[in-house]
Amino acid sequence: MEPMQPVQQAAAGVARTAVIAVPAVPLSWYLILSAVLFVIGVTGVLIKRNPIIIFMSIELMLNAVNVSFIAFARYLGDVGGQMFAIFVMAVAAAEVAVGLGILISIFRSRENINVDEINLMQG
Amino acid sequence: MSPLSFPAVSFELVFFLIFAAGAVATGVAMVLQSNPVRSALFLVLNLFCVAVLYLLLNAWFLATVQVLVYAGAIMVLFLFVIMLLNLGAPDRTVDRLKPQQPIAVLAGLVLALIIGGIVLSPLRTPVVTENEGIGTVESVGKNLYDPAQPWLFPFEATSILLLIAVIGSVVLAKRRLD
Repeated sequence: MEPMQPVQQAAAGVARTAVIAVPAVPLSWYLILSAVLFVIGVTGVLIKRNPIIIFMSIELMLNAVNVSFIAFARYLGDVGGQMFAIFVMAVAAAEVAVGLGILISIFRSRENINVDEINLMQG
Repeated sequence: MSPLSFPAVSFELVFFLIFAAGAVATGVAMVLQSNPVRSALFLVLNLFCVAVLYLLLNAWFLATVQVLVYAGAIMVLFLFVIMLLNLGAPDRTVDRLKPQQPIAVLAGLVLALIIGGIVLSPLRTPVVTENEGIGTVESVGKNLYDPAQPWLFPFEATSILLLIAVIGSVVLAKRRLD
């Protein structure tokens, strides 16, 4: 691709050049990577009993989804994917803050936070 | 191009292969570690590998945010809580969910097959359009705050969500569970 002239860039606001090109890395490779990371995260949630590692596995899944969002943003030339990735990151931060707050709260009353021992909701 | 035909070897492809392998390896290591601190550090490595992939995808701003927010803020929070709750030592209590583990791995593999089937099915939208420069700070900001685009309202809603999360975590951390 030819570098854009400054004048052209100013006119277009955002550098917008649509070209037809064969990508160096196929889109489906990014999607496969995303699927693999997501499945690792799901398996981590299912086999671990330490809630902190479960949270980290959830982070891994959110990241896997972000990889597909950003890959689609690049290969379809649409900013929507990147916007979604920003929102996913914000939601992940909020989720971690609340989740770790819950963990600390449980730890104060229980001294043991393994998920198979927690049955507060059973009454 | 069919999904699995090998593309021409290029700088970008080599970097993708290295960091994709790194991301998968550190992800597996994170799940298999029994020590939560090591697990968290492997997740940091994983997030760095994914940030490099964002760079390859021209998402420069998001790669920066990934390192700052995820590898910086969120992982520090994780490590802080692990050390606060003194969870660094491996767990020696009886695992009552042990029989569930093979079933869980099997369930993960089934999910992998399903997702693989979806990923390898042909995409209806052509994927040859390249739009350079959609990942710059300028472009992200212009699109995010443009009232003509649909992203402004979700952005404001996110601020409320974060406020709720802050208040919720303060309330949770102050109060004792009965």
